[in-house]
Amino acid sequence: MDDSLLEHRAGNIDNDNELTTWVEYWLDGELVHRSVHVTLKKYTVTGETIAAFF
Amino acid sequence: MCTSFKTQLLTGTHSFGTAPIRAATTADTFNAALYLASATINAATTVYSATGEVTGTGYTPGGISITSWNAPAATGTTAFTTPTASFVYTTVTLSTSFDSVLIYNVTQGNKAVSVHTFGAQTITAGTFTLTMPTNAAGTALLQIA
Repeated sequence: MDDSLLEHRAGNIDNDNELTTWVEYWLDGELVHRSVHVTLKKYTVTGETIAAFF
Repeated sequence: MCTSFKTQLLTGTHSFGTAPIRAATTADTFNAALYLASATINAATTVYSATGEVTGTGYTPGGISITSWNAPAATGTTAFTTPTASFVYTTVTLSTSFDSVLIYNVTQGNKAVSVHTFGAQTITAGTFTLTMPTNAAGTALLQIA
């Protein structure tokens, strides 16, 4: 495949809970690759912050 | 409550009721399974279930094994531990949006440990990596405060 035909897109989310980055490759308008890296910044338990959970 | 006790809870030292006989002094085996944004998985979850779990190419039901944990420790009055490595789901296609991971104890009948949420994602012929927070009081993945 000619890599020059691929359209590269990338983005990120940075908030109190996570730093997330993603990369996408599109070919002729079709998404052919999407990878995501989520880095948790703290323990988030089903959307709640609680003192103890296990 | 004694802080040392909190740390010992993380190593199964104490039991106040009927409990399984531990077959070894080594750490149990834990898995990390991904769940759809539409799934009902929360603090009321008691055991791993395939209901609501992601499905897709390259993903094995039950998720991946967590390779190891930091030795339980305490700072101040908070005991804590965190897996030592990121959770990596390699070469998967997960087309339906997912937003949570369930940690559960394979050794102890798949009993649930914790559910952690993040922004909803999909993966297409790619890799999903979930990197752990800093292993410290206030940020560690599992904490008893």
